[in-house]
Amino acid sequence: MIARILAISAAELRIAVRNRWVAIASTLMLLFSLALTFAGSAPTGALGVDLLTVSVASMTTLSVYLVPLLALLLAFDAIAGDVERGGLALVLTYPVSRTEVLIGKFGAHLACLALAIAIGFGTSGVVAWALGGVNAESLMALARLTLSALVLGATFLAVGYALSALARGPGAAAGLAIAVWVVFVVLYDLGLLGAVVYDGGGGFTRDVFPWLLAANPADAFRLFNLTGSDELALVTGLSGAASAMPAWAAPAALFAWPVVALLLARLALRKVEP
Amino acid sequence: MSTDTLIIRDAVKRHRKTETVRGVSLTLRPGQRLALLGHNGAGKTTLIRMILGLTSVDGGDISVFGANPGDARARRWTAYLPEAVSFHRSLTGREQLRLFARLAGEPRGVIDPLLDRVGLTEAADRRIGTWSKGMRQRLGLAQVLLGKPRLALLDEPTSGLDPISRHEFYRIVDDLVAEGTAVLVSSHALTELEARTDGIAILRKGELVAKDSLANLRNRARLPIRLHVTTVEGQSAHVADKLGGTQINCRGVELSCKADAKMTHLGRIAALGGLIDDVDVIPPSLEDLYRHFATGEEIP
Repeated sequence: MIARILAISAAELRIAVRNRWVAIASTLMLLFSLALTFAGSAPTGALGVDLLTVSVASMTTLSVYLVPLLALLLAFDAIAGDVERGGLALVLTYPVSRTEVLIGKFGAHLACLALAIAIGFGTSGVVAWALGGVNAESLMALARLTLSALVLGATFLAVGYALSALARGPGAAAGLAIAVWVVFVVLYDLGLLGAVVYDGGGGFTRDVFPWLLAANPADAFRLFNLTGSDELALVTGLSGAASAMPAWAAPAALFAWPVVALLLARLALRKVEP
Repeated sequence: MSTDTLIIRDAVKRHRKTETVRGVSLTLRPGQRLALLGHNGAGKTTLIRMILGLTSVDGGDISVFGANPGDARARRWTAYLPEAVSFHRSLTGREQLRLFARLAGEPRGVIDPLLDRVGLTEAADRRIGTWSKGMRQRLGLAQVLLGKPRLALLDEPTSGLDPISRHEFYRIVDDLVAEGTAVLVSSHALTELEARTDGIAILRKGELVAKDSLANLRNRARLPIRLHVTTVEGQSAHVADKLGGTQINCRGVELSCKADAKMTHLGRIAALGGLIDDVDVIPPSLEDLYRHFATGEEIP
């Protein structure tokens, strides 16, 4: 079983490297992280926190947009494209299960994502350290950010597979992926914001809103990082929502999502007739 | 347990309300070779996908080595070559074959000899995206040979290949059969190559309309023999009139007759003596035979 999963992963890794996804994603993460780190050197004096703390806060916001997008770009073609080429049909005539195929692809794509994230955030840490803007707590925050960004990426990889399995072709899968990205990352927050404004500080804002926030993996990721450090909460000024619910809610949602999404992807894959 | 490799009994496949495979029954024994013929859309690919467990069987049953289609046991011994197989462009041939070998649990050492056997040694380290269709098809055949399959399902394996590649292709299939593998080859035409089988099964609109050896099919069809008569210049109308044939041009007349009436006709033609320049006797071709069964049309 492990041998078959590794075989699928090895092939998927090669494909991701050769079609330049790894190079493009790594460069993108690197450029954005560097830009945010250098830009972060301006406001440190005013808030009395170090450089890395500020850049982690900026990179958290960046990751909410960029990581799901990169993950979906990697995943949307994984099933639909293989079905269209006829490759999946052939692979499934070998003694390999659909679960093994899914895990194999997931492992390879997660490794690609991990590399891009590590290069981006790692460089940012090194630069901040070289400029003298690092302490133990901000390093912890960076580690949290790196790990949680990977978990966020894992969620959207799995969501991408589910869409790819449900879509009628690679084109439709790409469209669905973009739609899901817009909904989770942009529209969901706008909707909640609108509801909070309409509610005017009533029961919805106090009792329902924080939970709805934690239910979205992108927001759970934000909450997880911003509440992990008092300094970060200070920088972002978004601690209000976080304090309204138990501390476990955001991390629980963040780490439960990839598992749930993978199960959904497996269910969707069952319906596929390659 | 029987020794049959593949048993299909009254298999049915439904797509919404229409049945694309209707009550097909077939058996295949080790070392047996069967050609599955039919037009595009006759249900050949669907039937093969049902045998592989890639699509559900909606009626009847299919047993592969005594197991259900798609079971681990069935998959272990079954090899498949999809129609117009398209591998991932970014992988090299060797990497693609290595993936299949690992999935089949075969050691690394089997790859080079296989690439050599299908004539891909030189191209093996180039990306498949740069390959010709014939090369991709040969890579498809190489993965069929992995792990010594006991049943090989080849879906239109040589469509789009040049004649030399087709011959090479079938030579390797011959080797497979010699080793005791049961081989099912689908095709939308019947040529000399496809006819070198133990049996021919013809599908028409999802139904099996013929299943026999080539010789028996010929006898059963009782297709007419054509006689092409060349007359001396300008006499074809006259000769056509006398023989009851059709005039083709100013020197040609065509007749068709049942096999047992051939000598009678030849005698009548010979009796016309000086009016006749030449006679050709044309037996029914494989294409005529195939058309007879695949379309149901009577050839006069």
